[in-house]
Amino acid sequence: MTTSIRQTPLFACHQALGARMVEFGGWMMPVQYEGIQSEHLNTRTAVTMFDTCHMGRFYFSGARALDALSGLVSQDLRGMRDGVCRYGFLLREDGGILDDVIAYRFDAQRWLLVVNAGTREKDRDWIVPRLGADVVFEDASERQGKLDIQGPRALELMSAVLNRDLTELGYFRFISLTRNGESIVVSRTGYTGEKGVEVYLGADRIAAFWAELLRVGVKPAGLGARDTLRLEAGLPLYGHELSEAVTPVEAGMERYASKAEDFIGRAAVTRRLAAGAARRLCGFRTGGRQAARAGNTLMADGRAAGIVTSGTYAPTLQCAIGFAYAAAPLATPGARVTIETGRAPLEAELVRMPLYSAVK
Amino acid sequence: MIPEGLCYTKDHEWARVDGGELVLGITHHAQQALGDLTYVELPKIGKVCKAGDALLVVESHKAASDVYAPVASTVAAVNQALADAPELINHDPYGQGWICRFKDWDREGLKSLLTPEAYRKLLASESA
Repeated sequence: MTTSIRQTPLFACHQALGARMVEFGGWMMPVQYEGIQSEHLNTRTAVTMFDTCHMGRFYFSGARALDALSGLVSQDLRGMRDGVCRYGFLLREDGGILDDVIAYRFDAQRWLLVVNAGTREKDRDWIVPRLGADVVFEDASERQGKLDIQGPRALELMSAVLNRDLTELGYFRFISLTRNGESIVVSRTGYTGEKGVEVYLGADRIAAFWAELLRVGVKPAGLGARDTLRLEAGLPLYGHELSEAVTPVEAGMERYASKAEDFIGRAAVTRRLAAGAARRLCGFRTGGRQAARAGNTLMADGRAAGIVTSGTYAPTLQCAIGFAYAAAPLATPGARVTIETGRAPLEAELVRMPLYSAVK
Repeated sequence: MIPEGLCYTKDHEWARVDGGELVLGITHHAQQALGDLTYVELPKIGKVCKAGDALLVVESHKAASDVYAPVASTVAAVNQALADAPELINHDPYGQGWICRFKDWDREGLKSLLTPEAYRKLLASESA
């Protein structure tokens, strides 16, 4: 376990822009440049870019790569065609969520798994011994960088920058292309609820690419806006909504862990589905601006009935929203709850997520 | 951004004597450190407080922070505009972003607050 805090290849770029830096998942990351509010709204109305070099990127190759990954990832990978990516989980035997990941299929023998920053070492230690000798594993997190470019203008602008029409690229589809002699990967994915792409390119080239995008008018956005955007878009965050203490059933995400083929954690998920989860992940919204925070208690009929995992003021919706685990009988959209904040209690309504989506 | 003619606290509030009343806000440094404000829990008019009492809370996307009564006082008015536009504190912390006004405030207590010069030194020492 390393204790030193790492810097992405864009660290100097963030400093040059006067970003406020925070530690996140073992990395020094920009939380904001101009302000969370404007970065959020720039993403909803125009286009922004996020440094996501901190996330982990594992490449797998070999004739047995698909078989090995299929046993580890909860989603069906065999049904994927080349150029498709798919969201799923790495689970423990007991169904606890080790991480949420996106799998990319280049071809049957070459795959990429994108994992969270804070779980990268844990994931690697879990995956590598389970691959078998004939699968080649590479942790490319250091040699490769990643930028997310998101917003209603993202596809049109990136089509021009990359000289390739991305407007017809389907959601959760990706392409590889060559640019300045370098092979880069562009996927129609993101973590904001907006149309946009994630771009993978060499760590030594990413600062120049960042500068180029700044010049054509892409504004930077930090982790603060990334959090408010993903909450409006109803996307869970590992370490908040997802953890080893819950299975995909509690998270209401069993559809990503229900393939017929066996994988680690499948039996536990099946058992949990049959028994029913004692608590379920729900979205909530209030009528006002005061935010609930992670750890606040959900109350119903005067009794503790759940716990908030994330909460913020939502700039697009102009009210406070969040995620909470609620006792199963309560956990239905429309249910009224009170949230104990340590100050004035908040009246909230449980809602179906997402509250905002413009990805398609 | 430390205007003359105001008193300051070590908790980054400012107070300004205005006629018989005392006006309270948070400093430019405070709003910058907090980031975009999303909610202000305004105090009740008539609330009686001692110096240093937690008086109200301001929230940003990431955190909630207490604002304290600078001196013994009674809340006479609140800036109702902040209920819908807490960003006024970010845009104009010493003007439109005022938070509340006090009556019956402790004039002796005001002398123990920081001068602009002393507050400037405090900021310098905090950033050192």
